[in-house]
Formats: sequence, C-alpha cells, structure tokens
Amino acid sequence: MDWFLVLSSLIKISGFTFLVILPFVALSSLAERKVSAYIQDRVGPNRVGVPLTIFGAKKDFPLFGLVQPLADGLKFILKEDLTPKHVRKFYFWLAPALTMVPALLTCAVIPFGSYLNIGGREVKMVIADLNVGPLFTFAIASLGVYGIVLAGWASNSKYPFLGGVRSSSQMISYEIALGLSVVPVLMVFQELNLGMIVEEQDKNGWLLLPLWGEGLSWQRWVLLVPMVISFVVFTIAMFAETNRMPFDLPECETELVAGYHTEYSSMKFAMFFLGEYAAMIIGSGLIVTLFLGGWSIPFLPTAELAKTTWWMGLLHMGCFLTKVAAFIFFFMWVRWTLPRFRFDQLMRLGWVFFFELALANVFLTALILMIVKR
Amino acid sequence: MAYVVERPKLSLAEKLYFPSILKGLKITLGHFIRLMRGRTKVTMQYPEEKWDASLPAHYRGAPTLVTDEVGRERCVACQLCEFICPPRAITITPEQIPSEDKWAKVEKRPREFKIDMIRCIYCGMCEEVCPEQAIYLRKDYAITGTTREEMVHDKKRLYELGGVREGLVNKWNELK
Repeated sequence: MDWFLVLSSLIKISGFTFLVILPFVALSSLAERKVSAYIQDRVGPNRVGVPLTIFGAKKDFPLFGLVQPLADGLKFILKEDLTPKHVRKFYFWLAPALTMVPALLTCAVIPFGSYLNIGGREVKMVIADLNVGPLFTFAIASLGVYGIVLAGWASNSKYPFLGGVRSSSQMISYEIALGLSVVPVLMVFQELNLGMIVEEQDKNGWLLLPLWGEGLSWQRWVLLVPMVISFVVFTIAMFAETNRMPFDLPECETELVAGYHTEYSSMKFAMFFLGEYAAMIIGSGLIVTLFLGGWSIPFLPTAELAKTTWWMGLLHMGCFLTKVAAFIFFFMWVRWTLPRFRFDQLMRLGWVFFFELALANVFLTALILMIVKR
Repeated sequence: MAYVVERPKLSLAEKLYFPSILKGLKITLGHFIRLMRGRTKVTMQYPEEKWDASLPAHYRGAPTLVTDEVGRERCVACQLCEFICPPRAITITPEQIPSEDKWAKVEKRPREFKIDMIRCIYCGMCEEVCPEQAIYLRKDYAITGTTREEMVHDKKRLYELGGVREGLVNKWNELK
C-alpha cells in the first residue's frame, strides 16, 4: 500500500474541507451581511471582538466584527433544538444532513491548486482526480434537492411543503440547462477531467480570456461566442441550482414564511444555511474551474514550474481562492440587486428560454468546431 | 370620454431584460464603492459617538428638580405636576416646613419626590405646569437600571441630576 498516497489524500480531504471550505462558508456568511449592508448604505456587523470584559479585563479586544460567524455559530448551538410534534421525525432529522453533505461531497473533484512539490514528489491538488469530474459534480449536487424536498415534506405543514415542491420543480427545470450548457465546453476541451481542463486553460488561455498560448488564434475567438452563451446560461442555472436570489423561491420569505426550513431551529437550521453557502462556494469553484481558468495565473503558463518548486503550487491555490472569492462576491452582488422572479416567469425562463438556448448552443459549437478546426 | 392608455412598446433591449439587470448591478456597485471609500454618510456609532453636543436647547430628557443660587429647593410640593402627569409617573409626599427653618414662610416642601422613569413619557407637562420653576427636563436621555426600584428617581437623585439653576424668578426671597 502506498502510504504516501493515503496520507496525502487524508491531508487534502481534511485540509480542503475543514481549512478552506468551512471557513469560507463562515466568512461568506459574514461577507453576505457586509456586502448587503454596503450596498444598502449601512455599516453591517462591526462589533464582535474577543469579549475580554467577561474575564475581568477593562476593555474588549475589537476585531471589527470579523468573528461575527463565531458568535452566530455559538448562538445556533445554544438555541433550543426544537422538533415539533407534527413532523415525520426520521426524515425531519435526515433532511439538514442531506443538504449539507452533497454540497461538501462535490468539492472532491474540484482542482483547488496545480501541484505541490512535497519532498520531490508532485502531489496533485485535487482530492479525487476523476476522469468524469463535471458529471460527478452534477450527479451529487442535484442530490441537494432531496434535502430540501424532504425538509418540506417531513415538516407536515403547508408552507414548507410548498417550498419543497417549488424547489424540486425549479431544480428539474434548471438542471437541464445546466447540463446542456456545459456540453459545448467539454466539446472544446475534449476532456472530462477537471484538472486537465484547467491545465489546458493554463497553457492556452482561459475559456473566456484566450489571450495567450494557442488561445491567440482566430479559431478560439470565433469559439468565444458559444462559450460566452454557455457561461451565461451556466451561471444563471447555477444561481437557480444553489437557490440564490433571483431564484430563491423555495424559501421566498414574502409568501412562504421561510419556505422549506420554516419548522427548523438551532443547528438544524444552520445546516441548511451552511449547505446553501457551501453549494454556492462549490458552484463558484466549478464556474471558475470551467470558464475562468481555475488556479491558473493569467498570462503566465506556470503548470510546469509548479511541479518543481514548492511556492508556485501555493501561489496557484491562492489564485484559485481569490477567483472563487471574487465570484462569491458576484453571487452576493446579484442577490442584493435583483428582485425575486415570479414562479411562472422562472419556469418559463428555464424551459422556454434557457433550455432552447443551451441546446442550440451545443449545435452551434459543433458547427464551429467542424468548420474551424479542420 | 373614454381614454385609452397606450401600452408602452418595449424595444428588444428592454425585452431581453439583460440591460436593465446590468443597470441595476451598476447602481448597487456604485453604492458599495461609495461606502467603501467613505463617501456615504452612514449611521452614528452610538455608544462611541453621541449627539449630546448637538442636542437642541428645547430637548426634553429626564425631568429633574432644581435648586436656585441661594440653595433653596424650589419645589413647594403643590403637587400640580403629580396631577397633570399623563402616565402618573410622579408621586409627591409633602411636609410642613418647621417654623425655625429659614424658609418657613414657604410653608410646604416635598418630603419625598419620586418620578418613575419606567412610566415617564418625557412630555414636559410637569415643567410647563410648575408655578415655581422647580422642575425641568434636562438633556439626559439614557436612563437605565437593572431593577424597577433603580428606575424610580427619588428626591436626592432628582436634585443631583437637576443641579443649581440660576436666573430664575425669586418669589420667596427675604424682601418679600
């Protein structure tokens, strides 16, 4: 047995989930509040620090609200964990886990860095180097809807039920557009391994920014048209997939109280909350990986350098996280700008518009590839 | 006359919905950046920053009792404020001023004067009705306490808060 492989995989799993994704979840909940505050000309949380006064000190240690997520988490843990009498207990308890777990599972195939040179051996910075990366992601990510549907159904009350039903119909209508919009991308790369896709982009220019390597050809610029369409459809479908505003109909506060998690309290509610944010982070990670070059630094093809030096790998990881953070900001920016869609508009948009657009885009890409690449 | 409202003809850009989304995104980003650069005036950070300095002269804060420059407590326990107080926050226990006292001719003074600050609505009726210029609303607005008893201001506390007020009409001085 290759102990090095086992050990490095364990470190990658625990490191990526517990040191990257979960802190990112916590920080993005803070960022959400800050961004919303700034957009609405408010200050946002700026108080929480280390409460030294509890221990008898004169003054608290101010951190400008940076530890607000900790305070939120503490509050969630200390709240009463209420299971109402009228719920189906087993599914009621299962549902929060079912939203959180798929969101975290999908991060297995996302390459969060290139290579890290540890003691002369190059370690690929992806937990599972699958050859069916995007398919795995879609398969697992769409399991997330089960958590929401189960939560709505198990709650045995009408508003959560409506939220669950909405969620499932919304997911079905956007899953198709999501899957179809990524087909042209895979056609261009002729590759289903996310790590290889990023390496290709590192060498020959990002999918949306073909400005170096082989990307500087007119063929790539013609291909940019279907790629931009793909990007737009994929991003919008990702918004719907992660239940973010303009498509957060499952928890639409104005009509459904709080949608599917109306009956939940304390840490079980927090699981839904965390699951939503984790899904958002993974979604951004996927978009960045497919369209914006993953860990690659623009204009500097450095994949080979990362195999021999230790610092390049770290730099790539930083680059990936920066891109993901920027995309998360975009998610929030959109949330605090757009109003929620009406449900029939949402369905129309999904079935009548994006589905057709994504389908036509597949053929358009095929046509361009057939004419141009010859 | 029947008037037909023309429905607006939407252009393709308006039908596509995207330009207006971008416009909205631009507006929100503008707000975001303006606040990041400190251009937006936001709310006051209350316990650190206070508006005490810019309180107007007529501000109605906590009601207090005052003494004048000769050190006489101005209240004569007429109880007008107690009777006019809309939420009945004021309770006065009057007493006779003993004859050997310097101000014996005033005859009455409050033995106890209590204002329940949980009930007080800061309306200022007591100040308005007082014939002796004895009760004034000051600028203290953050009246807090941990028990109900603490929130009842007694005579001592009221004089403490009120302090000395100069330039009032001296009805009871030695000449009269």
